[in-house]
Amino acid sequence: MKDNAESYVTADGRTIGPVVMEMKNITLRFGGVEAIKDISFDIREGEIRAIIGPNGAGKSSMLNVISGFYVPQEGEVWYKGSRRPPVKPFEVAQQGIARTFQNIALFEGMSVLDNVMTGRLTHMKTGMLSQMLWRGAAEREEVANREVAEKIIDFLEIQAIRKTPVARLPYGLKKRVELARALAAEPSILLLDEPMAGMNVEEKEDMSRFILDVNDEFGTTIALIEHDMGVVMDLSDRVVVMDYGKKIGDGTPHDVRNNQAVIDAYLGVAHDEEDAT
Amino acid sequence: MALIECPAGQPASVPALLHRNAKMFADAPAYREKEYGIWQSWTWAQTRDEVEALALGFMELGLNEGDFVSIIGRNRPYLYWAMMAAEMCGAVPVPLYQDANAEEMAYVMSHCGARFAVVGDQEQVDKITDVKDQLPEFERMIYLDPRGLRKYDHEHLDQYQAVQEMGRKTRDKHIKELEARQAKLNYDSTGVMLYTSGTTGKPKGVVLSNRNVIETAKSSSEFDNLRQTDEILAYLPMAWVGDFIFSVGQALWTGFCTNCPESADTMHVDLREIGPTYYFAPPRVFETQLTNVMIRMEDASKFKKKLFDYYMAVARKVGPDILDGKDVGFMDRVKYRLGELFIYGPLKNTLGFSRVRVGYTAGEAIGPEIFDFYRSLGINLKQLYGQTEATVFITAQPDGQVRSDTVGVTCPGVELKIADNGEVFYRSPGVFVEYYKNAESTADTKDAEGWVATGDAGFIEPDTGHLRIIDRAKDVGKMANGSLFAPKYVENKLKFFPNVLEAVVFGNGKAECTAFINIDLTAVGNWAERNNIGYASYQELARHPQVMQQIQEHVEAVNESVAEDEMLSGCQVHRFVVLHKELDADDGELTRTRKVRRRIIEEKYADIIAALYDGSEQVSTETEVTYEDGRKGSIKATLEVRSAKIFADNRKMAAE
Repeated sequence: MKDNAESYVTADGRTIGPVVMEMKNITLRFGGVEAIKDISFDIREGEIRAIIGPNGAGKSSMLNVISGFYVPQEGEVWYKGSRRPPVKPFEVAQQGIARTFQNIALFEGMSVLDNVMTGRLTHMKTGMLSQMLWRGAAEREEVANREVAEKIIDFLEIQAIRKTPVARLPYGLKKRVELARALAAEPSILLLDEPMAGMNVEEKEDMSRFILDVNDEFGTTIALIEHDMGVVMDLSDRVVVMDYGKKIGDGTPHDVRNNQAVIDAYLGVAHDEEDAT
Repeated sequence: MALIECPAGQPASVPALLHRNAKMFADAPAYREKEYGIWQSWTWAQTRDEVEALALGFMELGLNEGDFVSIIGRNRPYLYWAMMAAEMCGAVPVPLYQDANAEEMAYVMSHCGARFAVVGDQEQVDKITDVKDQLPEFERMIYLDPRGLRKYDHEHLDQYQAVQEMGRKTRDKHIKELEARQAKLNYDSTGVMLYTSGTTGKPKGVVLSNRNVIETAKSSSEFDNLRQTDEILAYLPMAWVGDFIFSVGQALWTGFCTNCPESADTMHVDLREIGPTYYFAPPRVFETQLTNVMIRMEDASKFKKKLFDYYMAVARKVGPDILDGKDVGFMDRVKYRLGELFIYGPLKNTLGFSRVRVGYTAGEAIGPEIFDFYRSLGINLKQLYGQTEATVFITAQPDGQVRSDTVGVTCPGVELKIADNGEVFYRSPGVFVEYYKNAESTADTKDAEGWVATGDAGFIEPDTGHLRIIDRAKDVGKMANGSLFAPKYVENKLKFFPNVLEAVVFGNGKAECTAFINIDLTAVGNWAERNNIGYASYQELARHPQVMQQIQEHVEAVNESVAEDEMLSGCQVHRFVVLHKELDADDGELTRTRKVRRRIIEEKYADIIAALYDGSEQVSTETEVTYEDGRKGSIKATLEVRSAKIFADNRKMAAE
């Protein structure tokens, strides 16, 4: 195992930094249902970390724990070297964690640009009065934030729909707009909940390209959930595999692919048998 | 041929014009580009500095006189500057089509032996890297957009701005040499080399001298009275001669401003924001815009639709006459004015044509209805006829003499003659120097006296002096009964229907004509949506019985109108198929400028053509297709062969 505080270089020449976030023995229950059972793993700076598993494996719950939306009954979340106490969602955003949602959560009536600008909210400091007067500081701030938003729009190649209301966009583009909004927050960790669900092959290829480019250009650490194995294996540096709330595999895509437990989970071995072994 | 010498004191090269503009129009905008949602602009003085910095950077990287520099990417000021910078260094810029695949690029780059390439983004870098082994002379690549390229091996790769920075730092070392090289440039040195799209065979490198570029820019600017305050939108491929003449030649000569769109998708929004005063588009663009307007009017409220229909009828009646300055009755003028207020003005604004003073269409024939639609709105749309070898201009329509069926009168300085077989020849100061490394083709095309064969058959109207083009001379043939066969003439008539994207007519040496038809997915798809007709693919829509029926009606309408033409009544389409795939440049069926390559289509679809002539009712076929990334696949389909009604030549009957 690599040292938590040290960087290393992967086989294909990517530098992966020290651990930024660590899950220690997380257990999450909803009443009597254990969604996550005693899971530990870490996320390193600059890597693309995937969480995969069949339906109902607890992937989204895990992401919600990372984003601070769910507070686990047991276990600790360590972020940037200290233990994170239970937090409110906006505090998580302030700490530099941004996310997208499985079922797109955009402001449908607002334009793409306005949606992306909402991602800048945590970077706006001027007060309400100043905003109303719209002179000096507030105006300068808007201009600076608009510039960031425009660079992201350019990066994700959505210039043509800049002024289009989100409700009028097709699904694949909405996903891209959501990514743009999350990026506008300039997060240090970006959480993507099934970024490629419901897309066709071409849209998946585009999205994969954008995810890789974001990681490459901005150095953003990315944690993503996906159940398309092919996509995950190509994209990620390390993969956590979950099944029935348990971690059944963790490692490079190569390791995970050859892991018997993972193969069983995906090919569907009868569970009595699995328990017996 | 009498050579036109450069008048004393006039700049004799592209860089010399740039220096002149930097002095004369120092603070006027020269180039604009929308980036990050804002129009960024550069004045002529700034442009000169940017170009010079890049040229100095080129020198530091070791660019020699006579080298070739490939330029590949979408229209961006930086790439236009790269062309000028290359010429400053005494090198020759060679713009390439950005959507060309790696093999096409390898052919052109190895043919000219390019040492440097200036490219837009990662996609182009990847393509060149793929074929680098085939390019022994190739050395360095300079890219604009660093995205995705940070981790590439930078031994032979530089970022554009970094090269400029390098140029600025080493200014003292190279500036003397750079000035000396520019001083050597004259009217006869090469200004640019452009590859023809190659309707037949491999592309040929057309060498254009500074004389060609400057003389053409000068005479055409005077012909249309272009001004320093004009604005154009540069969105057509940089490798196409027209874009070079408009965005570099005329822009430098006149000093007007060239605007580059943010991306290909935002073209229409950018067009509206800029409101160009001088505009150029192939017929396809005008067709698409008209289709969009009509589709949107279908969805408009009843009142608006009525208003639109009423005033468009007024416009059709008197619009073109008002534009040509002819006599129009007082009431009609009042109605037209009201129409301008309610319909034409807002519509032109939406289309981005509010300020167009001179508009051109060329490359293909334009449908009379489409042409008249734009002219009736008061947009001064005209046709011109030209080719790469002529540095664009051969003929153009002067204001006030515009018709959809001619291509105009000879441009200033151009002479025309028609050979016995009907082929059009021209001679002008714009006539190209040579085909690069292809003396044989040069001799075939250009004779000792400087006359150039266009390859098009046409005739000059005796009373007006306007040139009319019938077809490619090569494609014109004889039917089995000896009557004239001109496929393009029939194809154009078919293509004027919005539902028909492309048509290919066969029949040379045969007893009857047959045709391939491609449906237009936008137009037919929209029709299907409005009529609740479901379809899963292009293929399925193309063979839907109702679609087939519509196409049949179109073919018969064309037959009826062809029958009226004495010379060409033999070209009526007897049998046709609607193709299962769109003809595509990636499959080699069209050129990059979207012209049909007949020979290739005839070979590739020999089985379907056979079925068209052997009387069978359907044909099963399998076609290889190439995807954008170069992978291949195949499509299987069974096509229905339909027969169309044939019309007798009415006039002949009446005369008999």
